[in-house]
Amino acid sequence: MIATPAAPSRPRAAGYWIAFAVVVALLVIAPLALPPFWQRFVTEILIWGLLAMSSDILIGYTGMVSFGHSAFFGLGMYGAAAALLTVKPPSLVLALLYGLVAAGGAAVFVAYFATRLRDIYFGISTLVFSQIFYVIIFTWTEVTGGENGLTFSQPRLSILGLWSDRFTPTTLHWFVLAVVVVSYLLVRRITQSPFGMVLQSIRENEPRTRAIGYHVERYKIVAVMLSGLFAGLAGVLYAMQNKFAAPDFVFFVVSGEVVIYNVMGGMGTLVGPFAGAAFFLLLREGLSRYLTEYYLIPVGIIFIIMIIFLPQGLLGFLRRRLNA
Amino acid sequence: MLILENVDAHYGKAHVLHGVSIEVRAGEVVGLLGRNGVGKTTTLKAIMGMARRTGGRITFEGRDLQGVPPHGLAGRGIAWVPEERRIFRLLTVLENLRTGLDRPGITPARRDALLEKVYAYFPILRERRNQAGGTLSGGEQQMLAIARAMVLEPKIILLDEPTEGLMPRMVAQIQEIVHALHRDGVAILLVEQNVPLTLDAAGRVYIMEKGTVRHHASAAELRADQRVIHEYLGV
Amino acid sequence: MDQIIIQTLHGLVNGMVLAMVASGLTLIFGIMDIVNFAHGDLLMLGAFVGASVVGTTGNYWLALIVAAIVIAILGALLQITTLRPLIGRDPLTTILATFGISLVIQKYALWQWGPSVRQISEPVRGDFTLFHLQYPWYRIATAILAALIISGLWLFLKYGKYGIWIRATTQDRVMAQAMGIPVPLVYTGVFALGSAMAAASGVLFGPFAGVTQTMGFDFTVRAFVVVVVGGLGNLGGSILASIFISLLESYAAIVVSPAQAVIVSFVVLVLTMLFRPTGLFVPTPK
Repeated sequence: MIATPAAPSRPRAAGYWIAFAVVVALLVIAPLALPPFWQRFVTEILIWGLLAMSSDILIGYTGMVSFGHSAFFGLGMYGAAAALLTVKPPSLVLALLYGLVAAGGAAVFVAYFATRLRDIYFGISTLVFSQIFYVIIFTWTEVTGGENGLTFSQPRLSILGLWSDRFTPTTLHWFVLAVVVVSYLLVRRITQSPFGMVLQSIRENEPRTRAIGYHVERYKIVAVMLSGLFAGLAGVLYAMQNKFAAPDFVFFVVSGEVVIYNVMGGMGTLVGPFAGAAFFLLLREGLSRYLTEYYLIPVGIIFIIMIIFLPQGLLGFLRRRLNA
Repeated sequence: MLILENVDAHYGKAHVLHGVSIEVRAGEVVGLLGRNGVGKTTTLKAIMGMARRTGGRITFEGRDLQGVPPHGLAGRGIAWVPEERRIFRLLTVLENLRTGLDRPGITPARRDALLEKVYAYFPILRERRNQAGGTLSGGEQQMLAIARAMVLEPKIILLDEPTEGLMPRMVAQIQEIVHALHRDGVAILLVEQNVPLTLDAAGRVYIMEKGTVRHHASAAELRADQRVIHEYLGV
Repeated sequence: MDQIIIQTLHGLVNGMVLAMVASGLTLIFGIMDIVNFAHGDLLMLGAFVGASVVGTTGNYWLALIVAAIVIAILGALLQITTLRPLIGRDPLTTILATFGISLVIQKYALWQWGPSVRQISEPVRGDFTLFHLQYPWYRIATAILAALIISGLWLFLKYGKYGIWIRATTQDRVMAQAMGIPVPLVYTGVFALGSAMAAASGVLFGPFAGVTQTMGFDFTVRAFVVVVVGGLGNLGGSILASIFISLLESYAAIVVSPAQAVIVSFVVLVLTMLFRPTGLFVPTPK
């Protein structure tokens, strides 16, 4: 049954927005209150969270697992790199544009397959596609810098050509925060719209949805496009923050980590992925001090335990409330 | 021997069995009649641990079946011949039988004897023993399903609509098999839509409607007074 | 021309090893619907165990057996602790769980054996001459061994008592249980068997390129491709597909770099999924 969203009870809606405002406020203050390392850390959490959120559109809402989000992310990154390297002076708008177009192009390609393959076949093919992109990027050294990737300079933050200034870590953080918040609100609006309801209905029971008369293929295509674009956006932001693009980010491991953030944080919540990213990255940060690269052993075990005993993730219990 | 006391069962949210109470004593043939969808198959599934039991008790030879894993029932002496027969289509006839023959503690001699016995009842199975189960006709598959249950040397066989979709000649054959099993001392809980066959084979009959047992009488009584059958089955 | 012969041999040999890996994977998938992301990593672990045994005893055959047994036990333990609780849940959860296992195994191998590449010395020395070309004997021996092991598996499945249990459970789990087959044990057994096959493949492949922590992922991806192209759960199809794909990749490697040759198998996968989703070597269903 496709339920039309019931109007959230007043206290609930208010509670949500208050919590939201508090979190955003904290994130705004963060760069001012934290030492530089943690400042960057928070910014990175936002970017990875955005990537994971884009994946949630597919996993959490449409019921399609993607193991290939690293491709969209990587293309966004390399697209931005292309803009920042080829056009002088480096332009923020162009970086965004190139990145989104690159990711969008890949999304169209993947979307086509999404409509023809179901469940695990789709998952495997996304994995395969991202590996294809990885191989191409890794070996096409003249264009992509191969193994070493590309380095470039940050664009300036310019608003409507009126005022432009270099980014400081703080202003970059605010920029990223702004982009992420807007993205989140946009995606939230979409998932709570009738369109989003159909996506969820596809997740719950695809044959039924089709039988009722919905063009499931069209909805899936749009979902993949949205997912790919926001993932590409995350890639652009990452490129801007770090000033380099490398094939490592297109490798499967990134896709895998994205899925981990989704599962740990809670699928189908949109904020869960952020929590999952934060949780994972904090664990990694904390544990790698003592265990260096072996942090993945306890973290991997925690992940497995969560799948068995806490499948709805950290924020999964909020799913109903967040989607009401 | 097999006692269902006030059993309730659910499929998901649907409440499909309400307080079903049935008893099958050792060596008895008991019939379970009713229209389509009244819960006869569900009752068998509840015994086999396949439907979610939400109330009541099922005991076999005095021991509660609650908590017995599905693969433990055959060892206790309960065999199941499902409505759809569920032959292992890609296994040969012999391999199908072996799933029941290869039991812990069974000697090769006993295995061979059982196989021979089953081939004697169903000569066609000996003929087709190396053929894939899926290539058999409907009637042959039904025989294989029953044979498969027989090699478990069960104390009771749950027989679900064995004559469904079969030609009259085969129906007669099934009737004979049921009599033969009865003579062998195997109890049978016979779910059927075929009323005459049931009244002929069974000693007692339960009649179900809407997930519960509505009537219980000896086959003789039901044969004498056909009104009850008309009322519940419209036959 | 010489290149083509050499590459054909490469393709056949690699294909046999891949066939062993894929057999385990397709067996596991066919019976319990689990996409074992960690399959390649079990292979890797087997290779490391094998390398250690060869390192201490110098006996390749012992290494093969020990690796298979150790990883079989590990596989059984993994299935019991992490996969059994997930039976009946959304298939996504088992993929994720095996993905998690994969991560843990990789890092564990790194911790236990360090980052340097381990070697397994070839069990058989010398080259074999085909026309005027030299080809290492051990590679041929590997292919033959793999073929023997796969045949053994096939015979076991066809005639063994447990083979019948496995096939019956694969076809109809519920009816198998009704016949008294202890399905949970069968699941554990099959997972252990698949793991053992993976481990043995790792030891067989060890002498080819050395043993590293990351060798598993490549095999996992290729094995997935093979299993889909060959038809999920179809043992014969997997074997044919393994050889087919390995040959294609080997020939492609004449023209492009080996790293890029892998795209060939991906293309085959995509085409298969689009046009013959039940498998390239499987007759199209009515």
